Amino acid sequence: MPAISSGHHRGAAPAVGFVKSLFALVAASGLVGAFAAASVPRRLRPLVSALFTIVGSAGALVLALYVLHTRHVVQLTSSAVLPVTGVVLRLDPLGALFVAVTAVVAIAVALFSIGYAHHHDMTRTAAAMLPVFVTSMLLVPSAWSVTTFVLLWEMMALSSLVLVLGEYRRGASVRSAGLWYSVLTQVGAAVITLALVLLAQHAGSQDFTRIAQSSGSVAPWIRGVAFIMLFAGFASKAGAVPLHVWLPKAHAEAPSAVSALMSAAMVNLGVYGILRSANTLLGGGPSWWWVTVIVTGAVSAIYGSIHAATSTDLKRLLAYSTTDNVGLVLIAIGTSGLLVSTGHRSFAALALIAGLFHLVNHSIFKGTLFLSAGSIQYTTGTRNLDQLGGLFSRMPVASTIFAVGAVAISALPPLGGFVSEWLLLQSLLHGLASSTTVSVILMPLAVAALALTGGLTAAAFVKAFGVGFLGLPRSDGAASVIEPPRLMNIGAGTLGVSCVVLGAAPMMVISSLSGAVQAAQPGRFTGLSSSGVALAVHGARGVFEPTLIALALVVALALVGAVRWALSRRTALRRLPAWACGREVQTAKMTYTATSFAEPLQRVFDDVVQPSRDLDVSHRTESRYFVESVHFGTKDNDAFEAAVYDPLFRLVRALAQRARRLQNGSVHRYLGYGLAALVTILLVAR
Amino acid sequence: MATLSPWVVGSGLLQVALFVVGAPLLLGLMRTVRCRMEGRIGPPIRQPWRDLRKLFAKGRTQPERSTFFFASAPVVLVATTVVVVWLAPLLSTRVSLAGGSDLFAIVFLLLLGSVALSLAALDTGTAFGGMGSSRLMTIVALAEPALLVAILALAASVRSSSLSTIIVGTLHHPIWLATPQRLLSFAAFVVVVLAESGRLPVDNPATHLELTMIHEALILEYSGPDLALVMLGEQVRLTFMLGLLANLFFPWGVSLSAAGLSLIVGVLALAAKVAVLGIAISAGEVAMAKLRLFRVPELLAGAFMLSILAVLSALVIA
Repeated sequence: MPAISSGHHRGAAPAVGFVKSLFALVAASGLVGAFAAASVPRRLRPLVSALFTIVGSAGALVLALYVLHTRHVVQLTSSAVLPVTGVVLRLDPLGALFVAVTAVVAIAVALFSIGYAHHHDMTRTAAAMLPVFVTSMLLVPSAWSVTTFVLLWEMMALSSLVLVLGEYRRGASVRSAGLWYSVLTQVGAAVITLALVLLAQHAGSQDFTRIAQSSGSVAPWIRGVAFIMLFAGFASKAGAVPLHVWLPKAHAEAPSAVSALMSAAMVNLGVYGILRSANTLLGGGPSWWWVTVIVTGAVSAIYGSIHAATSTDLKRLLAYSTTDNVGLVLIAIGTSGLLVSTGHRSFAALALIAGLFHLVNHSIFKGTLFLSAGSIQYTTGTRNLDQLGGLFSRMPVASTIFAVGAVAISALPPLGGFVSEWLLLQSLLHGLASSTTVSVILMPLAVAALALTGGLTAAAFVKAFGVGFLGLPRSDGAASVIEPPRLMNIGAGTLGVSCVVLGAAPMMVISSLSGAVQAAQPGRFTGLSSSGVALAVHGARGVFEPTLIALALVVALALVGAVRWALSRRTALRRLPAWACGREVQTAKMTYTATSFAEPLQRVFDDVVQPSRDLDVSHRTESRYFVESVHFGTKDNDAFEAAVYDPLFRLVRALAQRARRLQNGSVHRYLGYGLAALVTILLVAR
Repeated sequence: MATLSPWVVGSGLLQVALFVVGAPLLLGLMRTVRCRMEGRIGPPIRQPWRDLRKLFAKGRTQPERSTFFFASAPVVLVATTVVVVWLAPLLSTRVSLAGGSDLFAIVFLLLLGSVALSLAALDTGTAFGGMGSSRLMTIVALAEPALLVAILALAASVRSSSLSTIIVGTLHHPIWLATPQRLLSFAAFVVVVLAESGRLPVDNPATHLELTMIHEALILEYSGPDLALVMLGEQVRLTFMLGLLANLFFPWGVSLSAAGLSLIVGVLALAAKVAVLGIAISAGEVAMAKLRLFRVPELLAGAFMLSILAVLSALVIA
C-alpha cells in the first residue's frame, strides 16, 4: 500500500514491542477468557467473562487510539502469536476507528452483563463466548490477509450465533431467529470468501497489500463481479435491505447485551468490509458501484424507519432503526465514492467523514438504547410497548438513559445525532457539485430519504419513550417496576454520557476521523484541511457551531425557566387529577398504546408495512346482537420475507428434493461418485 | 469569520424582543381579518396579549401522574423558538452566531420543540394526550421531508444552506425569484408552514373541539402560566415561519450591515411583510375547510413532490 506508507507510515519500529503486546493481550483475553469463564464456578462466571472482555477491549482501545492519534500503521506478521501460521494483522486508522468504537461498546456491555447476570443465570457457553465474540470483532479490522480475515470473520459469526441462541429455552422464536441469522450470515461469509479468493488468485498472493497493488490490472468486469459479491456479503452483515431479514429477528430475540454488541459493533464491521474492499482492495470503482450503494442505503433507510415507526416490540423497533441508520451511512459512503469518481475530492472526504461520524454516533446511541431496553425487559419482563407505561416515575435513572439515547437518535439538538445528520445533509448538498445526470437525480432522492427517515425516527422514539415510559402503566409488570441493578445502569449510562459528549464536543471525534478517511481513500486528496471540509466542519467560514448552538439552547432554557419561576413563585404548584374534558374515571386502558400511536403512520405506509390483523368477535349464544368478547391482534410482518425469501426457500426445497435422488444409500454408488469426482479433478486441474 | 459588532448582537436581541412582543399582535390581526371578512366585529387586536397576561397571573397546576416532561415542555418550546429567532437573519443578514443561520439547524431546533410538546401530551396519561401526540408526530414526520428538500432547492443555487448566504445571493440576483425552483419551493414551503403551525386546512385554530383537533388535544392539560408559555411559543413560531418565508422569497428590506438606519428599515420591512403574509393566510382560511386527518398526508406528499421538482429544475437549469 504505497499510498499509505509514503505519507503516514513513519516507521512503526519504536513501538513494536508495545504493539505486539497489545495485539497479544487482545487475542489472549478472548481465548484465555473463554477457558477461564467456562471453568470457574457458576457464581463467578459472569464476572470472569466480563473482566476478560473489559481487559481485552481496554487494550484494543489503547492501540486504536494510538493509531488514530499518530496515524502510524502498526503491523504484526508472526506465527508465534496465535497457534495459526500466516496470520497477518495490520491496523491502519480506518480499522482503528472501528476497533475503538467496538471497544467502547464492549466495555459498557461487559459492565451491564455483570449486573444482568447477577440474578439471571449465565450459561457456561454464553460466558465463554462473550470474550471470543468481542475479541474477534476487535481483530477483524486489523486482519490483513484473506485467511486471517475469513478466520476471524467466521469466529465472529459463530460466536455471535451461539450468543443469539443464549436464551433458546424461551421459545421457538429464538430458535427461528438463530436459524435465519445463521443462514444469512453463512451465505454472506461464503460469498465474501469466494470474492476474496478470486482477487487473491489474480494477485498471486493473499496479502491485502498485494491484492490492492494488483487490482488495477484486473479486468473491469471481474472487478465488478468481485465488488457486487463483496458488497452483498458485507451488506448482509450490515443489515441492509433486502438482506436485513435476520436483523429484527436476531436482535429482538438475543439477550440485550448481545443485541447491543451486534447492533452497535458487529453491524459496523459490515460497513467496514464494504469500505475496505471497495476502496482499499479494489482501489475505488466506476460510478455504478456507488449508485448501487446509495440506492441500497436509501431503500434501507426508508424501509427501516417505516418499520421502526410502526413496531410495538421495543427491541424490534431498535433493530429496524439499525437498518435505517446503516442505510444512512451507506448513502454517505456511496456519495463519497461518486464524488471521488467525478474528481471532487474534498467533498468526497466530507461525505465520508459524515458517514463515519454517523456510524460512531449510531454505535453509541444504539448501544445505549439496546442496553436500556435490556434493563426494561429485565425489570418488567416484557418488551412490548403496549404493556409498558409510567416507567419514568418508578425508575428515573434507567428511563433518563433511554431518553438521552432517544434524543440522540432522533437527531435533536444538542446531542450527537443532530451533528451527524447535519453533516450528512451538507455532504449531500455538496454532492450536487458533481452535476452529472446520475447525481442530479440521486442527490435530491437521497436527501428525501434522509429527511423522511429523520421525521419517522422522531415519531418512532416519541412513541417508544412517550408510550413506554410516560403516562399510566398498562400492566402489573410495569406498575411494580423498580430500578435495575446498579451495574446495568452504569453500563448503559456510560454510553449515555458518551452521547452527550459527542453532541457537546463533536469536533474532538471528527478531527480524528480525517486519518480514517485518508486510509480509506489513500492518496486521493492531498489535505483534509482544504477549505472543502474546513468550512463545513471546523467553522473556518463558520457554517456550523454545534457546541455554541447547544450553549445557546441551555442559556435560553435557563432564562425561560427563570421567567416562569419568577412569574409563578407566589403560588404553589397544585397537583390535580387530569382534566381530560371532565372525564372522571381515567384508566390505563383508555390511553393511547404504541399500536394506536402508530396507527396513522401505518395507514399512510400500509403498502410497505402490511401488518396482519386478526379480529375475533364472539357473540353470546342467546343473541347475535350481544357481543361476548372481542379479540384484536396485529402482527408486524416483513414484506421482503414474503416477497423474496418465501419463494426462494420453496425453490431451495424443491432443488433439495431433487438432490435427494443422488443419495439412495448404496455404497457402490457413493464410491462411483468419488471416482467420477477424482477423474474430473484430474482432467480439469492437470 | 464576521466580527461581532455591538450592532450585530443588538439586532439579534432586538429580533427576539420584536418577535415576542409582536407575535400575539400578529395573531390578533389575523383573527380580526378573519372576523371582518366573515361579517363579525371580533375582539381587539391586542386580545391575545390580554389572554397571556391573564394566564400568567394564575397559579400553576399539573396533572397528578405527570412528570418532569410535562412541566418542562413549555419551557423547551419557548426556548427553542427564542433560539431560532435569535439565530436567524430576520432583520439583518449579519447574525450573532455565524453558523447559526443554517436552515437545517433551524429545522432540527424547531423539531425539538414539537417533540417536547408531544412527549408532554403523552405524559398526562389521558386519551386526548395520546391522540394529539400521535397526530402531531404523523404530520411532523411527513412535513419534514418536504421542508428539507425545499431547503435543498433553495440551497442548491448558492451551494450553502446558510440563510444569510441564500438571502444575500437572492438580493444580488433578484432574477432567481422568478425561476421555477423558487416558485415550486415557495409552494412547498407554504404548505409546510401551514401544517407545522396548525392552520387550515390541516388544523383549525379557531375551534376547541379536542376530538377533531391536533393542537387542542395536545395542550388540553395545560393551564395558567404553562398554557401562556405554550401559546406564546406557538405564536412566536408562526410569526418566525412567516418571517422566514418572507425573507427567503421577498428578501428586500433586510439590512446587510445591521447598523443604524438600515436596522430600522429592516424592522419596518419585516413587520410589513409578515403582516401581509398573515392577512393572506387568514383571508385564505375564510374560503377553506379543514381536511380530513387522513387526507393531510396526501397534501404533504404533494408538497414533497413540489420540492423534489424544485430541486430537479434547479439542477437541470444549472
